[in-house]
Amino acid sequence: MSKSQKEMMEEALKQLRVFVESIKKSTGLPIVPDQKSGAALWYDQREITNKYLVSVDRIRPFYDGLMDGKLMATKCKHCGQLYFPPQVDCPKCRKSDVEWVELSGEGELVTYTVINIKPASFAHYPDYTVGIARLKEGINVTAWVRGEPEKLRIGMRVKIEVVRRKPEGYLTYEIVPAE
Amino acid sequence: MGRQVAIVGVGHSKFGTRHDVNMAELAWESIRQALDDAGVGQEDIEYFVVSNAGGWSSEPLPAVVIGEYAGLNPKGTVRVEAACASGSAALKLAHDIVASGQADIVLAVGIEKMNESPTPTVVEYIGRAGNFFWEFQNFGLTFPGYYALYATAYMHRYGATEEDLCRVAVKNHYYGARNPKAQFQREITVEACMGSRYVAWPLKLFDCSPITDGSAAVIVASEEIARKLTDTPVWIRAIGAASDTSNLSKRTDFTSLRAAVEAARMAYKKAGIDPENPVKHIDVAEVHDCFTIAEILAYEDLGFARRGEGVKLVREEQTYIGGLIPVNLSGGLKAKGHPIAATGVSMAAELARQLRQEVEKERQAPINKGVALAHNVGGTGHYAYVTILSLEKPSK
Repeated sequence: MSKSQKEMMEEALKQLRVFVESIKKSTGLPIVPDQKSGAALWYDQREITNKYLVSVDRIRPFYDGLMDGKLMATKCKHCGQLYFPPQVDCPKCRKSDVEWVELSGEGELVTYTVINIKPASFAHYPDYTVGIARLKEGINVTAWVRGEPEKLRIGMRVKIEVVRRKPEGYLTYEIVPAE
Repeated sequence: MGRQVAIVGVGHSKFGTRHDVNMAELAWESIRQALDDAGVGQEDIEYFVVSNAGGWSSEPLPAVVIGEYAGLNPKGTVRVEAACASGSAALKLAHDIVASGQADIVLAVGIEKMNESPTPTVVEYIGRAGNFFWEFQNFGLTFPGYYALYATAYMHRYGATEEDLCRVAVKNHYYGARNPKAQFQREITVEACMGSRYVAWPLKLFDCSPITDGSAAVIVASEEIARKLTDTPVWIRAIGAASDTSNLSKRTDFTSLRAAVEAARMAYKKAGIDPENPVKHIDVAEVHDCFTIAEILAYEDLGFARRGEGVKLVREEQTYIGGLIPVNLSGGLKAKGHPIAATGVSMAAELARQLRQEVEKERQAPINKGVALAHNVGGTGHYAYVTILSLEKPSK
């Protein structure tokens, strides 16, 4: 197996950094020529990283559900509208009175893809399959699909399973072929 | 519905990997052309709208950076975002300001400097453009990945093949090769496309628009001013705009973009175009081919073809010049390049020049009806804008 996308990415960035540092040492400036065009590029001397803190306070029961191995949705007590991803405000009724209901997790595969070129923060994974499943309750769930992509077909029966995502080690859910 | 508004000047930078210029210089490239084309000075511009998605580029306030560099201070400005449809949103805002009588001359400039960040970072930013929390955070969808979900569903329902998708790329590269502003100015073959590696199965590298730096600018004016400035004002006859859910899972069908259908319906209604047979009214169209599948969906969402038959237009080469309706004679996003928030302005600039019969001969559409259409989608059908341009003043 060749290098992972993450290793290749980090190697390229490191090479650039080392190159810039050597240039900066001799010229006093972090300006390097673009490899292809030769255009002069200033190498940013500042860096920013983003790690957001996102409120899940009002949908906490969804996460309690995951801890029990359940996939939970919300249902408006007034109009009966089912929400997944769960939301506690019903814009139709303008009320915030929902009940938490467990989804069956049973449905069929609507569509899928295999992600070959990954975002930077997913570069440490091997190629992964993402699909959308339509559950028998009539709502859709986007998630990774377990197993060989060659064996998947649109319309096949699937179920949702709560899993612990590696290597991060947090609870999430997956689409699993049920045929 | 307010005053009539016309495009009186356009500018377009060279698209590509533009390490030779910074953001402000790149914007100036198209702004200067637009000012020259309209025959106006900065002092005549009453307001300017800047579309930029950003994140991958270093300047967080592009509107003021560009305003300073281009000598547009102290005119009012704002930066607008509608993902890949930001450019059309900028044009709509410029249009609405003039239509409502708040100003007579407004500049819209779209700018994107994507290559300031490494490719995996750009992939990350675009992948987050949908619903970050529910669909990106856990499942790492990418922009090609989102459209691949549509491609898989479309191919399964209608029997389209990967070769069919590649034919879209072949057409758009054919015209890109004839557009000196295009990022890719070379033709490709179906074989080369089929041999390219998967990015998000079933989409391959050659099914995808590239990462692009570029800018485009359009100056719009009220009827009275437009008549003074030019003999060939290009009227903005209608702009339809619509949106769809951020979560793709909230959609019921993956063979059509509902927002595009709705935007087209609105635009056709306002422009008096028969939605059952729009091609009989239109000379040329630019559609949002961020991926090859997206161009096929566009044919159907715009009513150029019936459901499931968009792929037939591709097989029969009906969207080349001489076919049913020529589409993406600029090379499209696929070959011209797709600097996210510049694309919508680029479409308007291109179509104004098509209607004025000013583009390179080999890619000039025959202009008989004097009407052109731009279809600009943001995200994966999250935003949609359909704009109808016309040489004839709208009858109202």
